[in-house]
Amino acid sequence: MLWNLPFITVVVLTFIGLVTVLMKRNLIKILLGINILESAVNLFLVSLGYRAGGVAPIFTLAPSDLMVLPTPQALTLTSIVIGVATSALVLSFAMVLHKKYGTVDINEIRRLQG
Amino acid sequence: MTFADFIVINAPALLVAIPLFAAFICPAVGRISTTARNVWVMGAMLLTAAVAFILAFTVFTSGTVIYVFGASAANLAVPLDSGGIPIRIIFTIDPMSAFMDIICAIAGVSVLMYSLSSESKNTSLEGYYALFLLMITGVFGMVSTGDIFNFFVFLEILSLASAGIIAYRIDGGLAVEAALKYFILSTLGAILILFAIGIYYGQYNALNIAMIAQRMQFTLLDRIALVFLVAALAMKCGAVPMHFWTPDAYSMAPASVTAFLVVASQAALYGLFRVVFTLYNVTLNCLVVGWIIIILGILSMVVGVTMAIPQKDIKRLMAYHAVSQTGYMLLGVGVGLAVLGNAALTSAFGFTAMEGGIFHIFNHAMYKGLLFLTAGAIIYRIGTRDLNKMGGLGHNMKYTMIFFIIGALAIAGIPPLNGFASKLMIYESVYLFNPILAIIAMVVSILTLASFVKVFHSVFMGPKLPEYAEVKEAPLPMLIGMGILAAIVILFGLFPQPVVDMLVAPAAHALADQGGYIASVLGGA
Amino acid sequence: MSRIVRTAADIIYPFIVIFGLYVVAHGHLTPGGGFQGGAVIATGGALVIVAYSYEEVRDWLSGKVLMGQEVIGLVGFIGVALLAFAFGQVFFFNYLNASGSLFGTPVPYGINAGDLNTGGFVPLMNFAVGCEVWGGLTLVILYMLSAFSTEKEVS
Repeated sequence: MLWNLPFITVVVLTFIGLVTVLMKRNLIKILLGINILESAVNLFLVSLGYRAGGVAPIFTLAPSDLMVLPTPQALTLTSIVIGVATSALVLSFAMVLHKKYGTVDINEIRRLQG
Repeated sequence: MTFADFIVINAPALLVAIPLFAAFICPAVGRISTTARNVWVMGAMLLTAAVAFILAFTVFTSGTVIYVFGASAANLAVPLDSGGIPIRIIFTIDPMSAFMDIICAIAGVSVLMYSLSSESKNTSLEGYYALFLLMITGVFGMVSTGDIFNFFVFLEILSLASAGIIAYRIDGGLAVEAALKYFILSTLGAILILFAIGIYYGQYNALNIAMIAQRMQFTLLDRIALVFLVAALAMKCGAVPMHFWTPDAYSMAPASVTAFLVVASQAALYGLFRVVFTLYNVTLNCLVVGWIIIILGILSMVVGVTMAIPQKDIKRLMAYHAVSQTGYMLLGVGVGLAVLGNAALTSAFGFTAMEGGIFHIFNHAMYKGLLFLTAGAIIYRIGTRDLNKMGGLGHNMKYTMIFFIIGALAIAGIPPLNGFASKLMIYESVYLFNPILAIIAMVVSILTLASFVKVFHSVFMGPKLPEYAEVKEAPLPMLIGMGILAAIVILFGLFPQPVVDMLVAPAAHALADQGGYIASVLGGA
Repeated sequence: MSRIVRTAADIIYPFIVIFGLYVVAHGHLTPGGGFQGGAVIATGGALVIVAYSYEEVRDWLSGKVLMGQEVIGLVGFIGVALLAFAFGQVFFFNYLNASGSLFGTPVPYGINAGDLNTGGFVPLMNFAVGCEVWGGLTLVILYMLSAFSTEKEVS
């Protein structure tokens, strides 16, 4: 049961993130929900590589020979960078929308209909 | 080695390296002068298109090409001391990928030629062209790669660049709202895809598509991954019920970008087919998953065309038609998937259905791009998008009217244009599978024709309106861009059989042949 | 901000930059690399912007220089990869690995003490990416702060 704790956390975080993106009205809070979802996926990827008793996969002055897998760590790093770019883009959209529409409430940002 | 050998061997890497390099230097070149930047951008696109054609020629004559990044030789997929596991990122270009490369090359050149003049009135264009070249990198990378995480990375490059370029003309906030909707949905889809990639890595310890396909046993976790991937990729290509970003994003983007967004959606459709056919193939329950894709296709066709009829904005109407035509491709390939496990039915009509669906991808990119470019030309000259305010433009813009007629007849499936050829193949094979689906498809085609007759009448027919008396024809670069696409529409309509034999049939057979794909990557090729 | 905050930011900023450059340079030996180090340096820039007001910092950091830094970083990255063609190898082949020239010492197998001179072109790409991320993230922070100004009333 203890070994499954990271995956249970992933499920809880995904649920929290999805509820935030679907239910909140403020655009900044929706962006935070997307960040929580990204964190959940990153945690999932990193915890896939765990090997019991392993140390960090770095050869420089390593204490032992048994290491966790390094590939998911590279995948997670790429995902974090993509998350940063996503946040920057959505925040700049929010800035322009606030200037043009006067609000960041997504129920008000609805001029495109039909 | 000679220069020709160098290009032929390194073509897959040059496909993404050239647009990426050009995109990075574009802001610096833009500071010198506008002409220098136009020459730079057009040169990079023509070079990339040439490399894509050379690569496609190599693949169609001598079989699948693989390219290993960072190895000591380009086709050394499995290093000698790795125990039979491909450890590097591999670009696997089989005939289906080469087919998509050709589509992207032709569409990219036409659209860039068009946008050189349609954007010339606007300022601060360095960012625009850099984002455009990044979109091109993303699409070429998505359709050429053989590694599923690399596919995700290029998909994200494409999403970020498209969201940025849709919002480029802020347009009083409307374009930014459209880009926001598109981008949030894209991000949710990308997170789902990353979950699926994590599931594959955790189970099979492999990221290469051929390796996962070899080790695939359809467990419960694989079913969950399949659901995530189908949902996310169907959302990216605009299938109902995830299509709500399509009308907003397509109508608010600059005209040339919309024509290329169509190609980007087809690249996501290619990803869906690659996952279902190459990763899973007959390990999954072909009939059930095939029917799910067929139902997505039918819903897209019907909802797309019925929402398009009451539209007043010309680009929004064409965007709903894009949703509807995506339904045809899903229908054709879904029928092919549903009979994949049954060899007799597959050779009877399964391959024809898949060939119809895949040929429709090419035709749709061509005529939909042409229609969006003509709509852009009209909006460029008049300044409004409302159909009620337009009228009588046939007197002023004759060439644009001819191109619009060609595009509208092609989308309705009228012979001798290319839409008829692919739709006929879909009707024939789907009728043998289930007659009701074919009848629904034909009714949708009639409604498409009705909708475009309405558009044609309200835009081009009627007396000359006084406020449009000085409207001139569209500028020459725009006409050339539209002309390239129109020429292909007519050519493929008049001679569909050579195109199907040389391009589409190898692509369809390569898509269904999982063993061949695995053997070309892992079999010591 | 008050004098204490400004003085503290002045003193700490060089150390943050040096730490960031350390993370970038040792990317092939310890955790870190291009993106992580660039983000650390950009955070140092953010510290200075918070300590002083945006108007003063706007005069010190110019958007053009940062964009130039970004372009140099990007072109460096793709240029190093394209140089593999000049050596007759495939794209992204590590032509400096175990070659005896810059960063060319062969890597000893297994657990070792870590030699900075190893790695091939990986440290060069780390520098390029670090340069690019520094410029890019600082530009993003400056743009975000340009809408928030203490001179005028913000509605």
